[in-house]
Amino acid sequence: MSTYSASKAVGFPQSVEEGVALAGRPLSLPNALLANGTGVFASLAWVAFGLSCLLWEDLGDWSRTHALAIAAFIIAGGILAATASGKWLGRFGTGLQPRAAWLLALGLFLSMWEVATAKFAWLPLPFFPPPQAIIEVYTDDLPKLFDSVLASVKLQLGGYAIGAAAGFLTGVSIGWSRSVGYWVHPVLRFIGPLPATAWLPIAFFTFPSSWSASTFLIALATGFPVTVLTWSGVASVSNAYYDVARTLGAKPSFLVLKVAIPAALPHVFVGLFMGLGSSFAVLVVAEMIGVKAGLGWYLQWAQGWAAYANMYAALLVMSLLCSGAVTLLFKIRDRLLVWQKGVVKW
Amino acid sequence: MVAQAIAEPITHPAVGAALDLAHVNHSFDIDGAELPVLDDVSLRLKAGEFVALLGPSGCGKSTLLRLVAGLDRARSGVLREDDNAIAGPHPSRVVVFQDPTLFPWRSVWDNVALGLEAQGILKGHRQRVDAALDLVGLSAFRNAYPHQLSGGMAQRVALARALVNDPKILILDEPLGKLDSLTRIAMQAEIVALWQKAGFTTLLVTHDVEEALFLANRVVVLSDRPARIKANIAVQRPHPRHRGDPYLAELRKQILGLLGLDATW
Repeated sequence: MSTYSASKAVGFPQSVEEGVALAGRPLSLPNALLANGTGVFASLAWVAFGLSCLLWEDLGDWSRTHALAIAAFIIAGGILAATASGKWLGRFGTGLQPRAAWLLALGLFLSMWEVATAKFAWLPLPFFPPPQAIIEVYTDDLPKLFDSVLASVKLQLGGYAIGAAAGFLTGVSIGWSRSVGYWVHPVLRFIGPLPATAWLPIAFFTFPSSWSASTFLIALATGFPVTVLTWSGVASVSNAYYDVARTLGAKPSFLVLKVAIPAALPHVFVGLFMGLGSSFAVLVVAEMIGVKAGLGWYLQWAQGWAAYANMYAALLVMSLLCSGAVTLLFKIRDRLLVWQKGVVKW
Repeated sequence: MVAQAIAEPITHPAVGAALDLAHVNHSFDIDGAELPVLDDVSLRLKAGEFVALLGPSGCGKSTLLRLVAGLDRARSGVLREDDNAIAGPHPSRVVVFQDPTLFPWRSVWDNVALGLEAQGILKGHRQRVDAALDLVGLSAFRNAYPHQLSGGMAQRVALARALVNDPKILILDEPLGKLDSLTRIAMQAEIVALWQKAGFTTLLVTHDVEEALFLANRVVVLSDRPARIKANIAVQRPHPRHRGDPYLAELRKQILGLLGLDATW
């Protein structure tokens, strides 16, 4: 069952195979249009976007309006070409077909956005910049944006890695050893639920640099969910597994490394996923308040200059990065947990 | 004690180990109250013998097996493998449980290799894993994961996982209890064949009288909890046995009587 059911509702090909089969037949133009309708309409939507850039004068002073229109026409042509030659493009072509409805929606959205901001200012102007203003940020402010991305990635990676490793080790220890659990559990219970951002003021004057303070906070935000879920994963391993391993001659180290940890991994990944989410939140706040670098700081800086286009541009980059990080985590999980049935697809 | 006038050559002293249980008592603590489960159980298995433990559900059969496996310590009494007191689990005494309990994150091959890996001798003995998989006829499934196997296949993997360690004593805790009846009949024959081939001592817990009579040299009937040994019955028939054998039918009647079911049969 395909998730992209938009084409179904309109009566377009229901599956890739059907679409390809139809495209292979010698068809008259209206029939070809019907068979690949979504692709053709998607192309038209992008033409509309290009035209919306050119038909009216810009209300503001933006330098990339014409370039954007040309880009929209090129994309429209590309979609049309890909639709027409779908079956010759192999995997790219068959991958494009079910996503044509998305391209259509995107083209329409961009056209409306263009008209509502740059042309008629239905949305109040400095606060809602048009697409070309955001393109302008990417072309003209690239070095600063790039530096910010680099700083954010570095900070996030360091903090997340430390937090995940510490959380994993703590979780395994609590789950495995009663005496470790006795001492660590109350600490975890007392400190864990506290939002990591509450430590901000203290962290920034106790740590030698704002960078190390932020790393600590990100690690803290990551560590708590990872610890709790690793712990619950290890604690919920069935005794039958230990019995089997013990009768086969397993020593305690084998029981931890080869029984408890692999059995707990599905839980660990839930913890890693939750930790990723809360660490993003801490990263942005830490960058806005303490560290004078990174995308959070860029957002803050853009707001200070009322550079709203820069804010949207940075927000878009941030969303791509966060989504990319989650995708990467899920890819690693799928690789490690191939033995599981029915894992959530991202 | 029952006479051991058994026609077939069942003992392989080179492979199997003798098992000796002397005055074993055990009990559980349940909310502070002591619940006795085993009451002065004494039992000797000769090397290479196949003994079935029969008893009503919940009588303490599985507890006895856990003591033999070394997973739990008896409250009093002595358990010996040959001349060595049993102090803990050892790969010379391997258990096949009612649930296959395969590790779901390991492939079939890796599951069978578990014992050799845990003992740190997998390197250099990889062919033993292949041979054990061959023995249970699952070589084609070496790379499958447990969730892809049927119940019978999973239990055969569990059997291979036990046999790859060349156990001296094989402990079977109702290993066929959850299988459908056709698979069960097929696997009963397989277990007899494996036992005859390898020569380990076998201690089988079951609540299926026919299964006990079809497989074992000797059937030990236990009482209700706390378990005491009620009877010790030799099954003087060579393998392969026939399920319709009137001698086995007569024994079955006798055993069901001991279990308090004579009125219904």
